[in-house]
Amino acid sequence: MYNKFRVVVWNFVIYIIAILFVLFCIFPFYWLVITAFKPPEQISHIPPDWWPNRLYFNNFIEVFRALPFFHFLWNSFIIAGLSTLFCLVIGSLAAYSLARLKIKGKRIILFAILGVAIFPQVSVIGPLFLVFRKFEWLNTYQALIIPYISFNLPLTIWILTSFFAEIPRELEEASKIDGCSSVQTLVKVILPLAVPGMFTAAILVFIAAWNEFLLALVFTIDEGARTVPVGIAMFPGIHHIPWDAISAAAVIVTLPVIALVIIFQKRIIAGLTSGSIKG
Amino acid sequence: MDIGNVPTVSQESGTNKKVSRSVVRRIEENFGYVLLLPAIILMGGIAFFPIIRTFWLSLHHLNIKFVDHQKFVGFDNYTKLMKDDRFWGSLKNTFIFTVSSVSLEFILGLGFALVMHKVLFGRSLIRTAILIPWAIPPVISGLMWRYMYNDQFGVVNAFLYKLGLIDEYIDWFDSGLKAMVASIFADVWQTTPFMALLLLAGLQTIPHDIYEAADIDGASSFQKFIRITLPLLKPSILVALLFRTLDAFRVFDLIYILTGGGPADSTEVLSMYAYKTMSAYLDFGYGSTISIIIFITIILISLFYVKVLGTNIRGEG
Repeated sequence: MYNKFRVVVWNFVIYIIAILFVLFCIFPFYWLVITAFKPPEQISHIPPDWWPNRLYFNNFIEVFRALPFFHFLWNSFIIAGLSTLFCLVIGSLAAYSLARLKIKGKRIILFAILGVAIFPQVSVIGPLFLVFRKFEWLNTYQALIIPYISFNLPLTIWILTSFFAEIPRELEEASKIDGCSSVQTLVKVILPLAVPGMFTAAILVFIAAWNEFLLALVFTIDEGARTVPVGIAMFPGIHHIPWDAISAAAVIVTLPVIALVIIFQKRIIAGLTSGSIKG
Repeated sequence: MDIGNVPTVSQESGTNKKVSRSVVRRIEENFGYVLLLPAIILMGGIAFFPIIRTFWLSLHHLNIKFVDHQKFVGFDNYTKLMKDDRFWGSLKNTFIFTVSSVSLEFILGLGFALVMHKVLFGRSLIRTAILIPWAIPPVISGLMWRYMYNDQFGVVNAFLYKLGLIDEYIDWFDSGLKAMVASIFADVWQTTPFMALLLLAGLQTIPHDIYEAADIDGASSFQKFIRITLPLLKPSILVALLFRTLDAFRVFDLIYILTGGGPADSTEVLSMYAYKTMSAYLDFGYGSTISIIIFITIILISLFYVKVLGTNIRGEG
């Protein structure tokens, strides 16, 4: 009897903690969303209102009026999209090689990949800036896409290597016996089986590139290739900060990642933990 | 030194046009390396060669404000750095930020991983909710928290006031200590979920029968936690701590947006000082010197985790 009571209380406590933690996680996002919909008179109301009195959409219109926001969104979308695409192609080739083929110096290569994973990007912005300036690459897509591919390769290779390692070797041997070359085996047999892994890697790389700030800040001097995070950070506000419009912009840039999280939460978690948990 | 030439197509030396049979055979033999080549070129061209050039630049005077006049000065920049109070201040801030936020994230993350491990209902809802802070761009969370910390209409003040924890609204950004606390809390919000997920994944690999055996032996919950959970979770804990420590040490976006390093550089972290030196003062020589210190510290932290604590980072494919 006593034990049963204890289990019930314990469960109750656990669920209360879980609910509090969930509230802690989503509250700032909730606050962002309601701020974006608040009418001007509520934005700096003291004390703050916990929901909008009326739904006010002008904040969203203001974002597109004050900033070339469509242009920023387009830049972000192209840069994150192309980075993801190239990262997958290059990463899957490398991962297949590491998972399956006999190569000398594998340890050194793995070590180098780990090195890039922990690499402080701020340590190379100087030389990269000088080189991109010489090439007249500042304010171009490639100035961001190429670093984004490079810095996201370690995660991609990790995820895909563990996927390739699980594909039975017999499949490859069978395809070789059928007269396929290594390239054909890879493209026709192995890659289709690794689609779930590629998908996981793609989501993580896309989110990382979509959110990236430091390199985008350094390599985009004008609005040509400016991405949304930098665009929002430089939101024009001379005397006061336009919190309503900033919140609306923030909601717009956050929506794609939130949608990915809601739809693909299981894949994202699998991808995030695959690099760290052995086996 | 030319480091930016990142070829988009990997080529075999010279014989593009006529792909003879021997080339095909050679490609087959070296297939593994051919596949790795694009990745190696990219990572080399964007990380490894530039870091060498960063070191080279750190031995020079190079201010790009006027004409790029690069002058070799040996270790002068490093001598200057040793006497630079702003550098030592930013180093201290970075350490305070890293140690406090990672420890808080670890305690909260472990607690919540244990709770999530026990929860049976609403698991996917919880997972979605806790991925939200992880997914939000750090720039946005910086802005969001700045608005929430506002000294007049900020919800943080309203909340604390309602709970009776404060008598009057606080200006979170008028003192170094408060600004640091605010930054750490925002970072804890953003990254605890990641920690919790890694630790939860670790918890799920612990076989259940070990706990059953302990139950038969009459072990208490606390004993089970200390004797079974913690030791078996140690590899996951160390990996999670390593990655979070490195991330916190490299922090830029969140603090840059939230405090801008203020008030009076009291929340300026190393990467921000390096960025400002290059971007605002256009001093690439000195900025590179700070960058090299960041790089070396990152290596030292990693070595500490791997060699001293015995962190086992996934080593084989």
